[in-house]
Amino acid sequence: MNLTLKIWRQAGPDAKGELVTYQVQDISPDMSFLEMLDVLNERLNDEGREPIAFDSDCREGICGMCGLMISGEAHGPEKATTCQLHMRTFTDGDVITVEPWRADPFPVVRDLVVDRGAFDRIIQAGGFISVNTGAAPEAHSSLVPMEHAMRAFQAAECIGCGACVAACPNASAMLFLGAKVTHLGELPQGQPERWGRVVAMLNQHDLEGFGGCQNLGECSYACPKGIPQDVISTLNHDLRKAMAKGR
Amino acid sequence: MTDLIDGLYSLGDPIQDTKAPAGPIDKKWTQRKFEAKLVNPTNRRKLTVIIVGTGLAGASAGATLGEAGYRVKSFCFQDSPRRAHSIAAQGGINAAKNYKEDGDSTYRLFYDTVKGGDYRARETNVYRLAEVSASIIDQCVAQGVPFAREYGGLLDNRSFGGVQVSRTFYARGQTGQQLLIGAYQALERQIAAGTVEMFSRHEMLELVVVDGKARGIIARDLVTGEIQTHYADAVVLASGGYGNVFYLSTNAMGSNVTATWRAHRKGAYFGNPCYTQIHPTCIPVAGEHQSKLTLMSESLRNDGRIWVPKKVEDCEKNPNDIPEEDRDYYLERIYPAFGNLVPRDIASRQAKNVCDEGRGVGPVVGDKRRGVYLDFSEAFGRIGKEAVAAKYDNLFEMYKRITGDDPYEVPMRIYPAVHYTMGGLWVDYDLQSTIPGLFVTGEANFSDHGANRLGASALMQGLADGYFVLPNTIRDYLAAGPFPDIDESTPEVRQARQQVADRVHHFLTVQGTRSVDSYHKELGHIMWEHCGMERTAEGLRTGIDKIRELRADFWRNVRVLGENEQLNQSLEKAGRVADFLELGELICIDALHRRESCGGHFRAESQTEDGEALRHDDEYAYVAAWEFTGTGAEGQIGAPVLHKEDLVYEFIELKQRSYK
Ligand SMILES: Cc1cc2nc3c(=O)[nH]c(=O)nc-3n(C[C@H](O)[C@H](O)[C@H](O)COP(=O)(O)OP(=O)(O)OC[C@H]3O[C@@H](n4cnc5c(N)ncnc54)[C@H](O)[C@@H]3O)c2cc1C
Ligand code: FES
Repeated sequence: MNLTLKIWRQAGPDAKGELVTYQVQDISPDMSFLEMLDVLNERLNDEGREPIAFDSDCREGICGMCGLMISGEAHGPEKATTCQLHMRTFTDGDVITVEPWRADPFPVVRDLVVDRGAFDRIIQAGGFISVNTGAAPEAHSSLVPMEHAMRAFQAAECIGCGACVAACPNASAMLFLGAKVTHLGELPQGQPERWGRVVAMLNQHDLEGFGGCQNLGECSYACPKGIPQDVISTLNHDLRKAMAKGR
Repeated sequence: MTDLIDGLYSLGDPIQDTKAPAGPIDKKWTQRKFEAKLVNPTNRRKLTVIIVGTGLAGASAGATLGEAGYRVKSFCFQDSPRRAHSIAAQGGINAAKNYKEDGDSTYRLFYDTVKGGDYRARETNVYRLAEVSASIIDQCVAQGVPFAREYGGLLDNRSFGGVQVSRTFYARGQTGQQLLIGAYQALERQIAAGTVEMFSRHEMLELVVVDGKARGIIARDLVTGEIQTHYADAVVLASGGYGNVFYLSTNAMGSNVTATWRAHRKGAYFGNPCYTQIHPTCIPVAGEHQSKLTLMSESLRNDGRIWVPKKVEDCEKNPNDIPEEDRDYYLERIYPAFGNLVPRDIASRQAKNVCDEGRGVGPVVGDKRRGVYLDFSEAFGRIGKEAVAAKYDNLFEMYKRITGDDPYEVPMRIYPAVHYTMGGLWVDYDLQSTIPGLFVTGEANFSDHGANRLGASALMQGLADGYFVLPNTIRDYLAAGPFPDIDESTPEVRQARQQVADRVHHFLTVQGTRSVDSYHKELGHIMWEHCGMERTAEGLRTGIDKIRELRADFWRNVRVLGENEQLNQSLEKAGRVADFLELGELICIDALHRRESCGGHFRAESQTEDGEALRHDDEYAYVAAWEFTGTGAEGQIGAPVLHKEDLVYEFIELKQRSYK
């Protein structure tokens, strides 16, 4: 198939960016979206034009490295990461815009690449259980009921790609935050630090410039891992409890 | 008689001592931990350790050394340490907990690993791996890793990778992700505590060796292009495997050999480079545009039956129209005892054989159809579609997304793909390379899996190395530090920086005609064709000549646009491909010199009457540790020197594997 691509090009963090139009021909429906960009990049290189910078690593939908706004949707029209999007989703003659995640806390590095370091700093603030290597008790010393294990797992599926932020009109990272708070809060090991964790992580979230949550649900809709919106309720619940405890 | 290998390498002194303490195998590790010198807590703050890599092996080591109070500098080329390739592991992690009371033990895990590795692994290291495995699970559970559980709240286990006990812990199909997030969070906690300094989007491009000791690295900031020198008292490489030398593999796009290869060039021996693992259950190549291959979990072989048509003319037919009697369930036919569950190397080679006979299915890629069916219709009948869905639905969905075919309606197509590299930098019992102060952990070292790795053992090894082994052995080395200050006026530092700068300059100014990717693809073709699932002396020799030609052309004719002072992904790739082009030759030399078949290394000249791998323990029961001899000029490697480490089996008796 033949397609028209309008791709965001920006030379560096402080440079002015713009959408540049490219035509691509003979795209196979079996290609992934990123392989289609690979093909375009090979052509640009042959023509002496600099290839388009974009992030990807595993190309299996698990590392969270890839992430593009495709015609206004985070990761495009399918419920999957950009790397798992295949060209059979599109039809001949389509015009597709490709942009980086848009959010102040995710500044553009170049073209379609952004800096998501803010997510790491939120984890640093408290997204962990404090246990030094070697200090762990025998694994079976605490049991985890099935429903808690399942919910912890579901929340732990977050891959930190940032689609939730990109999809949210307020650039809120509450889904990311809620997922971590739920993952650790559902487990017995996560209890001792539970109330301090939620406050510290939320403070960092605000400090990074992420916006507030208005319960629009765009985040959960865009999430390639289907993290449910109710992790944000868990977050709010834990927050209220933490306040009551004077944290 | 002239030999194809003549002149390609020379023989050096054997390696006599691997530094494992004497005594019974189950006491060695305790003994070593006791003998290894301690570092006083106040001195730890004065000692800097660089760790390249934040996968399971690197993040676990970084967190643990940080907790102990050392100053850690941690590096990864992705935008966050959480994205290391370990994240992609699906199946599970082994540990000898014996929670199922099914006869598992440290000794059995040790035995299975040595046997699975086709008797080409070092006993002492493997025993220790089995010994610390149980503590890994304790540590991960305490960190909040959400392993699968039973209704009673206890941890669940499954059997995996052709062993007879259930010792594999798992978190659905995302075990690697959950383990890595655990290690990543522990690492982030230390970053917050100020013991670990993180350098994301940084790539190590050179090792700094001063007075014979590893003292730092040269790294490029991938965002600004700045060439930086980082100093340390010891350097740890946890940079993963080199499967991408084949271009197409199940590895991540960025997985590379640069960190270990640059260290090899500086004197670290490379162990068993030809031992590569080809995984039988991957989604076949769809066309020339393919950028990577996707693994389908091995667990599918528990219920899926593998077949191809008996007749070549049936290969284009809809599989549902091929009657039962015209299907060849070749694994069940050849290996009645293990059937579809034979080890990875065997399943892969037999798939290649039937496709070479012209009985492959799916699209023609290159000159042949390269695919076999993995069929669940028998399981649908036996346990019902719903029960199958409960086990594998996410995999079926992934398959459908990638191929457009629905495995509930038509059988899946699978084909082997490069997956894991057992070879890597040679290390002793302390995980120290032949360069003092340079330690190597995880897939980057050669250590524990011999010629073939068992499923769920790489995650175990990465975390064993990082949480429990390295932190105990590196202190013996660090106890002699801090080492004398060095700076940019130190000749070795200046020289290393210059080498990096020259290389970058060359790539950006050669202004040739071909893209980096085109070279990488061609190298991959050569490796797969001549050093893939089946290797012959002539094929390998031809492969070496082709690689040399390609490498020379690469240095003259590659085209890398843009500048150094920017995010420049072509420039990043150019450096990686340059190193793959050197490594590829060494892999072929190693494969050519080892005139036996063992594990993932199958030499057509060395097989039993019925086509199985035939080892030659009298000649080849050794680790091949290769020393670099080039002048140091880029793109040029001399004839390497082979140092043999004899494998002495004191506790396990060598046997020929049989799965019939
Ligand atoms: C699809 C797939 C499924 C798998 N499933 C399983 C399984 O179920 N069970 C199992 O046991 N094993 C499995 N494996 C194997 C296992 O995942 C790997 O062997 C293991 O995770 C490697 O861990 P590592 O820490 O050694 O390296 P990696 O996780 O590869 O990490 C390498 C790190 O080094 C960094 N790095 C590399 N080079 C440089 C450089 N030059 N400069 C700076 N940083 C650098 C990278 O940024 C990264 O952080 C699987 C592998 C694949 C590909
Ligand atoms: S590249 Fe890893 S999730 Fe897309």
